[in-house]
Amino acid sequence: MIPQAIISQLPILQVIVPLIAAPFCALLGGRNRAWALAFAVSLVTFAISAMLFASTLDGTVLSYQLGGWAPPIGIEYRVDALNAFVLLIVSGVGALTMLYARESVAYEIDERHHGLFYSAFVFCMTGLLGVTITGDAFNVFVFLEISSLSTYALVASGAKRDRRALTAAYNYLIMGTIGATFFVIGLGLLYMITGTLNMADLAHKLVEHGDSRTLRMGFAFIVVGFGLKLAMFPLHLWLPNAYTHAPSAVSAFVSATSTKVAVYLMLRFLFTVFGFSIPFEVDVLRTIVLPLALIGILAGSIVAVFQEDLKRLLAYSSISQIGYMLVGITLLTPGGLMASIIHLFNHAVAKAALFMVAGAYVMQAGTSTISDLRGVGRDMPFTTAAFVVGGLSLVGVPMTVGFISKWYLVQAALEQGWWPVAGLIVLSSLVAFAYVWRFVEAAYMYPTPDGVIRREAPLTMLIPMWIFAGSSIFFGLNASLTSAAASRAASGLIAASSLIWQ
Amino acid sequence: MTDYFMPSLIYFAAAAIVPFIAAPRLRATFMLAVPFAGFASFATMAYGTYAFMPFFDFNLKIFRLDGLSFIFGLIFSIAAFISIAFAWHIRDRLEQVSSLVYAGAAIGAVFAGDLITLFVFWEGTAIASALLIWARRTPGAIATTMRYFTFQIASGLLLFIGIVLFYRDTGSVAFQHMELDSLGTWLIFLAFGFKCAFPLMHNWLQDAYPAATPTGTVTLSAFTTKLAIYALARGFAGTEFLIYIGAAMSLFPVFFAAIENNLRRVLAYSLNNQLGFMVVGIGIGTPLALDGTVAHAFVHVIYKALLFMSVGAVIYRTGTAKVSDLGGLWKYMPWTMAFCIVGSLSISAFPLFSGFVAKSLILSATASSGHIWVWMALVVASVGVLEHAGIKIPYSMFFGHDRGWKVKEAPLPMLLIMGFAATLCVLIGVFPQTLYALLPYPVEYEPYTADHVITQLQMLFFAALAFALLIRFNIYPAEYRSINLDFDWVYRRFLPNVLRVVTHYVTVIWRVYARFADRRIERALMVIYRAHGPQGALARTWPTGSMVLWIAILLGITLGLAYL
Repeated sequence: MIPQAIISQLPILQVIVPLIAAPFCALLGGRNRAWALAFAVSLVTFAISAMLFASTLDGTVLSYQLGGWAPPIGIEYRVDALNAFVLLIVSGVGALTMLYARESVAYEIDERHHGLFYSAFVFCMTGLLGVTITGDAFNVFVFLEISSLSTYALVASGAKRDRRALTAAYNYLIMGTIGATFFVIGLGLLYMITGTLNMADLAHKLVEHGDSRTLRMGFAFIVVGFGLKLAMFPLHLWLPNAYTHAPSAVSAFVSATSTKVAVYLMLRFLFTVFGFSIPFEVDVLRTIVLPLALIGILAGSIVAVFQEDLKRLLAYSSISQIGYMLVGITLLTPGGLMASIIHLFNHAVAKAALFMVAGAYVMQAGTSTISDLRGVGRDMPFTTAAFVVGGLSLVGVPMTVGFISKWYLVQAALEQGWWPVAGLIVLSSLVAFAYVWRFVEAAYMYPTPDGVIRREAPLTMLIPMWIFAGSSIFFGLNASLTSAAASRAASGLIAASSLIWQ
Repeated sequence: MTDYFMPSLIYFAAAAIVPFIAAPRLRATFMLAVPFAGFASFATMAYGTYAFMPFFDFNLKIFRLDGLSFIFGLIFSIAAFISIAFAWHIRDRLEQVSSLVYAGAAIGAVFAGDLITLFVFWEGTAIASALLIWARRTPGAIATTMRYFTFQIASGLLLFIGIVLFYRDTGSVAFQHMELDSLGTWLIFLAFGFKCAFPLMHNWLQDAYPAATPTGTVTLSAFTTKLAIYALARGFAGTEFLIYIGAAMSLFPVFFAAIENNLRRVLAYSLNNQLGFMVVGIGIGTPLALDGTVAHAFVHVIYKALLFMSVGAVIYRTGTAKVSDLGGLWKYMPWTMAFCIVGSLSISAFPLFSGFVAKSLILSATASSGHIWVWMALVVASVGVLEHAGIKIPYSMFFGHDRGWKVKEAPLPMLLIMGFAATLCVLIGVFPQTLYALLPYPVEYEPYTADHVITQLQMLFFAALAFALLIRFNIYPAEYRSINLDFDWVYRRFLPNVLRVVTHYVTVIWRVYARFADRRIERALMVIYRAHGPQGALARTWPTGSMVLWIAILLGITLGLAYL
């Protein structure tokens, strides 16, 4: 068994293992050596987050003091039900994408860049894990930058296939930096009020301090900053290009984790740090975030219907799915939060599968344009079947995870008497059906164009793809696992805030 | 039995195995055994609720066996057997798998003890049946599939919303008798109505059924609408409103069937009309009427399958089902003709055939419940049935104008299964008490009383006489024309002319409205496309400046809110 000494160090190991491994990936270079190390590291981090998840199952909150400095002076890592769940998603998606990446990256990226690519990949994972695990607000910024900078590099590495990746990465860089800056400005304002950066301490002192214009400014900056990071409509403009032109493995990983971590941050700051101690915070959510989320749900889906490129279609669908999570948050009820958190997981699983499918097409058919993929259902039956499963989950068909989250979300909206919102969610499912169907129709109902030869994707891509596709059915049938974790996390958040819930 | 048992699983398991059986004959034989296994699995079980499954906060009751679900399970098993046997020569795996899944889902829905399970199987029938139409693989059939699927999904969506609302109102998802007193139950009612092809919701039926393969149509005709009948009988028995819907349903398709050229579409209209009788029975809701509905559903599935099979056999040999192309086949397909006539006599409710024993239950129940106008409507509709299904179908295929077809008799497997169905029609007609013994409510009823038989025969003979007179009346002016052409004239010229006058104004109004709506929709789509299409404002992503502008605007608004 693992000695107790190591168990108590798990929170720091979660971050430090990939952080140390990343530079070595760059040194090892090509020929699968960098990949092997990255894959091994991703497995270890997954194991660590699984252990962390297991140890928070009973409701304990792990606290780790960096360098032995007690908070609020020192940096604290805190693992509770919510972020243990998110850690598990990030590292799980990371490990499976790494398996997938070997073939896909070998095809899409020059071998001399492999070392750097995997290094950036592991850095990105480190950043996302760090953001999630830390209990220190400024530390969030640091890790956010680690993950963002490496993501810019990863997106830009798609330039071999498509030069537009460079512009996409540049745009993303500008937008991401603005987002991060907004966050720091907001954080600075909070620091002005409280003189502390530890989240728990911040929460405590903000309540003591009460309402002030500075606090409102800080809140506005932070919400808009995170809104940008999580691609809230209309701050989503960086996302479609970044996801479309990035290498496929990156699209799969980033789409499943990066926006989800941003949603987590939003939850953490809204509930744990700000805690809705002043009515202004509720007003912002209800009058600004909610309408935007609703517009995003519909507009994202409709734009997706008209897209010609599969990856771009999926990117727009992400924008609409993020809208669902935001709606769940703005409900400010345990039910809504739970729907949001469960959708975080469900969407990560489904989207990872879908982007992996798109990547397999890029590799085997050389394109992700829908009209060029006609008849692909016969040539690549397993890959395309995975798309159907993932697509059904986006639509929210019963027996897939998408249904579970939509069910909870509709329930939560009805609980509040928000009929139009519930109606809109159902309506957007119909639109989602339209864009999923567009591809399914092309893939199955049209003959293969003459002279096109496509072979089924290799096993190392099919396996992770189908693990995700399979999970989106498994957790759709057996929702008790995820819903229990989500409801634990939701009640933790509600308890930490000043919201009074009957 | 284990906790998760349900008969539909047998069908699904078979559907999963079938594609991997390479030998075609073995595959067909294997499929043929499935309905037997399915029926045997619940035939001897005691009534009760068996399989439970926890799902969210609900305890789903997947398998409920009682009088009503038992007989519908039996009906669907027979229908599955007939349609699988008729498709003996089919090698297309897609068609085979989807017909198995379709039958399985329909049977699963019948045994559903709660609305959520019902919904899952409800959607299952929608998807599987759409695939069945698609299996014809012509561009027209694919387009039809999409239209059909839209209707089915609309029904599923209504059902889903209805269930959610119903659950919120009552806190229960049990599938029991409901009252039309809330939005939720109304939506559920509408969802059932869609699948039942209520008037004005019926077009999918005439559109889709003739578009499938000849074998696929036989399968389609059995399940979807009868599932809706079951659901209505379970949920809304005794709803007054249904009586009038049913009466309208039994009347209006008669006219359309009369002027229709495509025989499969004639049968589709006739299906609509038969459903009308059943819906009336549900609306009356007395034990006698419900028994009538169930009995009618039972015999209807068999004779309607028989008629579709005879048309299917003709299509199989000639490649067409158009009245204008067919005729004089009796010399070449005598057995098919004989079976077809048995089906026609059954659907026209001649005494000693199965339609009679079922329809008289409904008519008696209608008369005894005092709905005299409805009763008269049903009688008029029965005359219409005689005209389009009883006379037109066999007449135009096997007699009428000889178009010079020289074809072989239908293949033996087809003849065997048609013979089986025809035998059932006669047996039920001669020994009605065996059928009555299966009905959910104990009922003392004797169809072969003197007044029943005489009333029915009077009606049938006078109806036939009316046609004969018309034919005679029209023979004389046309000197060299044969009877069939004159008869053609009745339903090709005379009735359309009458109808044309009646429908002219309706059509004009409808067209104006449709054009208006069309233009509206087109314009709305253009607006959506302009905003959301690849070149649209909402899909534009490149200029970095515009993104930053958005951030500034949003921050500005949020900060502005702080000053309020």
